[in-house]
Amino acid sequence: MGKIVLKNVSKSFIAATIIPNIDLTIEDGEFVVFVGPSGCGKSTLLRLIAGLEDTSGGTINIDGRDVTGEAPAKRRLAMVFQSYALYPHMTVAQNIAFPLKMAGESKDVIDRKVKAAAATLNLANYLERRPGQLSGGQRQRVAIGRAIVRQPSAFLFDEPLSNLDAALRGTMRLEICELHQQLKTTMIYVTHDQVEAMTMADKIVVLNAGNIEQVGSPMELYNKPRNLFVAAFIGSPKMNFIGGAAAAGYGAQTIGVRPEHLNISKTEGQWRATVGVAEHLGSDTFIHVQSDVGALTARADGEFDAQHGDTIYLTPERSKMHRFDANQGII
Amino acid sequence: MARQIKGSAKAGNTLIAWVIGFVIFFPILWTILMSFHGEGDAIKSPLPMLASPWTFDSYGEVQARSNYSLHFFNSVVISLGSTVLALIIAIPAAWAMAFVPGRRTKDLLMWMLSTKMMPAVGVLIPMYLGFKALGLLDTLTGLVMLMTLANLPLVVWMLYTYFKEIPGEILEACRMDGASLRSEITHILVPLAVPGIASTLLLNVILAWNEAFWTLQLTSSKAAPLTQFIASYSSPEGLFYAKLSAASTMAIAPILILGWFSQKQLVRGLTFGAVK
Repeated sequence: MGKIVLKNVSKSFIAATIIPNIDLTIEDGEFVVFVGPSGCGKSTLLRLIAGLEDTSGGTINIDGRDVTGEAPAKRRLAMVFQSYALYPHMTVAQNIAFPLKMAGESKDVIDRKVKAAAATLNLANYLERRPGQLSGGQRQRVAIGRAIVRQPSAFLFDEPLSNLDAALRGTMRLEICELHQQLKTTMIYVTHDQVEAMTMADKIVVLNAGNIEQVGSPMELYNKPRNLFVAAFIGSPKMNFIGGAAAAGYGAQTIGVRPEHLNISKTEGQWRATVGVAEHLGSDTFIHVQSDVGALTARADGEFDAQHGDTIYLTPERSKMHRFDANQGII
Repeated sequence: MARQIKGSAKAGNTLIAWVIGFVIFFPILWTILMSFHGEGDAIKSPLPMLASPWTFDSYGEVQARSNYSLHFFNSVVISLGSTVLALIIAIPAAWAMAFVPGRRTKDLLMWMLSTKMMPAVGVLIPMYLGFKALGLLDTLTGLVMLMTLANLPLVVWMLYTYFKEIPGEILEACRMDGASLRSEITHILVPLAVPGIASTLLLNVILAWNEAFWTLQLTSSKAAPLTQFIASYSSPEGLFYAKLSAASTMAIAPILILGWFSQKQLVRGLTFGAVK
């Protein structure tokens, strides 16, 4: 079990309100990602769920039990921190065993569970090492191992991959997804990286200034953003936004077109553009241009040949265009 | 790029360092040298004194006249007792100030430190009368309590500084792992702060061992530590340099030996957190 319900949750510090008022339901077994720019309150929200911060208002329910005033240890949650937060004076085995020891488990049970976790996470050969003797990826695995031995109601991940290099981040992302498939336990994952959010989540919660901008599946957010903020935040490269007369022509204050929804031609099209930079990624080429309607990014095939200074023509796909009003809401 | 130092400059700096070191150590060295000569020779100028016969007589006379072991025992009880008590009080206090600071934590720390800025003699009369009223004059209990309280601000400050270096996420992780406050302190905080706690302990032992003002005012015989033992050789009948030096050497020897063997730990602790 691991259903988490937040009702009217708010958090204020002395000088500032970080989270004005949030309602959110996380279903049992879901992989939910909190995403948003730095300072949007996503980590604070996670820490409120964990019990590491006290709420200023509202209630937090886990599996139907009000845990708002309960200590972190009583909530049956496990957390993986950005800095790993391993105990440097303990071996890998002792780190993983620590929560079991605190729960008063017998030595046999602790040994069995530590070995099982180590086998799952490929740490069997490192059990006697100390965290300082491990690589970043191995340390993160130990942190995950320490979390899974407790068999918690839900896992909380606070930007766990941001200290790793790009290649390792990709591998660990897959490993966490596989772990979720295997354990089928609720996971709440905080990141500012929308690629992580898109690739891992069952459900994404986009936060901005302590408010939820939109909740939905990755493709729902990608295809049907509720407002300009979500449209801008989800997708890489970012959606192109065009204002002025071009937008007014479509009856909107701003129109948004994703790079893959701009048709490219070397001979004719709606907007004339001059190529600035062409990024060749192999399978795709991202072309950054200066056009009649401003700076735009378009996606072409990997084979597309464009050089700095070339003239091209871009035409947006009308059916894939997003229109926003003066309040930045979707029309 | 490493800073280049010429060989001659290095030799000059080394020489200056040795001279400064020698000047600092000279009083201790001279005390030790005087203790190995007779009273007549000890007051001679340096070279004739060194040329005069060497003897252990002063040590024998000091041992015969005073109960060294009682004073030594009292010093051990006062310094270790006050240090252990101070640590028991200061570890939770420093934990609270480092990890759950309130709005007034900084002010509280400054106030604690300010109590060390007042000269001890300023509170001598009320302390003496208080000790007398409570029957604590010339008792180990009284001195242990006094030394605990006298050094507590420094102990709290030092531990606070060390604890601030420990990442808060580690303590949060152990809270998530189900650790009680006691487990958090005993299983995580204390092992991680061992270098800092050890240097605090050593410094407090040294301060308490060398404390002379209060021990001279509040003890006479039963609870008198080694500082009182030294002072007893500065008598109205005159100064007996050789015996005074022998008593001083016997008093400072234990703490010098402790300091010598723990210097690595002390330096490590005192510079703990200087670099990450």
